[in-house]
Amino acid sequence: MSRIQKRFAQLKADKRAGLVTYITAGDPDTDISYQILKGLPAAGADLIELGMPFTDPMADGPSIQLAGQRALKAGMTVDKTFDMVRRFRKETGDNGTPILLMGYFNLIYQRGPERFCKEAAAAGVDGFILVDLPPEEADELKPFATASGLDTVLLTAPTTDDVRLPAVLKYASGFVYFVSVLGITGTKSATEDAVRTHVERIKRHTTLPVGVGFGIRTPEQAAAVARHADAAVVGTAIIDHVKAGLDDKGKAKPELVPGVFAYIKALADGVRGVRKA
Amino acid sequence: MPSAPNSFRTGPDERGHFGIFGGRYVAETLMPLILDLEKAYNEAKADPQFQGELKYLLSQYAGRPSPLYYAKRLTEKLGGAKIYLKRDELNHTGSHKINNVLGQVLLAKRMGKTRVIAETGAGQHGVATATACALFDIPCVVFMGSVDVERQAPNVARMKMLGAEVRPVTAGASTLKDAMNDALRDWVATCENTFYCIGTVAGPHPYPAMVRDFQCVIGEEVRKQIMEAEGRLPDTLVACIGGGSNAMGLFHPFLDDPGVRIVGVEAAGRGLDTEEHAASLTGGRPGVLHGNRTYLLQDGDGQITEAHSISAGLDYPGIGPEHSWLKEMGRVEYVSATDDEAVEAFQLLCKLEGIIPALESSHGLAHVMRLAPTLPKDNLLVLNLSGRGDKDVPQMAERLGMKI
Ligand SMILES: Cc1ncc(COP(=O)(O)O)c(C=O)c1O
Repeated sequence: MSRIQKRFAQLKADKRAGLVTYITAGDPDTDISYQILKGLPAAGADLIELGMPFTDPMADGPSIQLAGQRALKAGMTVDKTFDMVRRFRKETGDNGTPILLMGYFNLIYQRGPERFCKEAAAAGVDGFILVDLPPEEADELKPFATASGLDTVLLTAPTTDDVRLPAVLKYASGFVYFVSVLGITGTKSATEDAVRTHVERIKRHTTLPVGVGFGIRTPEQAAAVARHADAAVVGTAIIDHVKAGLDDKGKAKPELVPGVFAYIKALADGVRGVRKA
Repeated sequence: MPSAPNSFRTGPDERGHFGIFGGRYVAETLMPLILDLEKAYNEAKADPQFQGELKYLLSQYAGRPSPLYYAKRLTEKLGGAKIYLKRDELNHTGSHKINNVLGQVLLAKRMGKTRVIAETGAGQHGVATATACALFDIPCVVFMGSVDVERQAPNVARMKMLGAEVRPVTAGASTLKDAMNDALRDWVATCENTFYCIGTVAGPHPYPAMVRDFQCVIGEEVRKQIMEAEGRLPDTLVACIGGGSNAMGLFHPFLDDPGVRIVGVEAAGRGLDTEEHAASLTGGRPGVLHGNRTYLLQDGDGQITEAHSISAGLDYPGIGPEHSWLKEMGRVEYVSATDDEAVEAFQLLCKLEGIIPALESSHGLAHVMRLAPTLPKDNLLVLNLSGRGDKDVPQMAERLGMKI
């Protein structure tokens, strides 16, 4: 069983949904970003998405775009992203929290999918969520990911209808990520009704757990998603808390890291307050 | 190098690939829409009524066919090849962009879309899109980098007069790449009612093939016109390349004529030995951006680097995927011209032929100035004059130190 499978099995046994937290690797700098990463599980994150900053994040709204720019400006690279994960596994001894790399395919393509997968797995990464690699192009990565024991979490959207879903699910492992709104990150939120309808629809096609993201900002929204899905994914709102902790020169104020953790704790409380059958 | 195919004109394959290039690297949200678009385009392509309407608009509204003009004074000055100019700058709206836009906006109508978005660099594609949207009464939003808004101010005013909304984009270097990012972001949120009218042979499949098909009218006309004028096919074709649509439109109908030498000219900005250029085929490597795999300017990790060109329409770190394939197949030569060379060419055409060319097209001419003198006098050379320079007048007047 992969770390992701184990984590969802555990969540099921605990009769609750999970909280997936997104941060951009290297935002606002490598050191602070690592401090955040290290403390995420204690703050209440069940799975971690680590964004690989990219110059042209076509599916991201202003918050995550700017986070990527801060990270790149501070010198973030693919190697340093792997280093962060390696250090996390070694220093925290946390062998249960899955870490997924999230981002855009070009960074993987440049290194070569085979080499990228080997290096990612060796660093302690568990899988990928790639915004611009739909099933039509997924053959480029899937065999190498599988060979390295990495899960590929594919995205489904409100536009992914019942005819198309099986084609997406064919390449999905670990869990399925339902993008709950039409749009880029951090702009709109879905209604609880829409989330329920889509999650039920997806579950008719797969036994994989379903995570739901895009537009979750409050503990109440996280709880609403937790009532219907196996995990709630929060990104932009966390990044906004990172940004709120920067001074006018873009340097981290002392309250940045604790502020992010306090916010994540509130989200986790929201998710954990929902008892599942 | 892969072995040469029987024909260079059969691509892409059913998955939108030209060799390893092209494809559909887009968010899942867009994927079903792109599949719909492909289906709708294939149906329209085979529908005589659609083709008839397009043909009518191209001739009665846009003014096609554009002349193939023998540039006698330019030919004499350069003292080599016999130079013809394909006068696509005479089209309504002032460039080749209208050829593609009329096709796409007709398709948008046919698909029942109620809003059109576009990205633009020089503003020529934006103006063409705003024009077609005015004609068809569809709301239009054009994304344009804020640097380009500044340097192509006349086109911004034109778009607004035509009723389009111009959204300046301030991310990155605030040029064409960033405009395309924001157009794609808009599209992800609005895809159910919005048609994204891409201005060049880039983006996810089917755009590179569809835009090419709409632009092929250029090369098809040249074939007929040169036969009438000279009784034979041309020897040399030259066109500038931003994303590569005017070049592909001229080149594609000749790809299977081995006697025709074909040359694409990228923007070398301040020089290929500097970091400030936009020559993705010469200075880049294959990568994935804006929905397709193609040559890109990028660093070792795959972060996209900023392009530079004096010409807003060529200021793009990528290139259409079919060009990447044609480069690898060795069918088309790709060279480059610097800012300074383009400015010199611009002035030459103004004074010799009384034609003010777009700065984009001036890059093609800059290469003709190098190439033509090395060719025999019976070498028939066709340069695609993709646009007129009206939009560049303020920028050039300043650069040339003119008081206006
Ligand atoms: C006159 C003109 N020529 C050429 C280009 C470059 O585009 P493409 O390479 O797609 O023809 C532009 C783009 O704005 C243009 O306005």
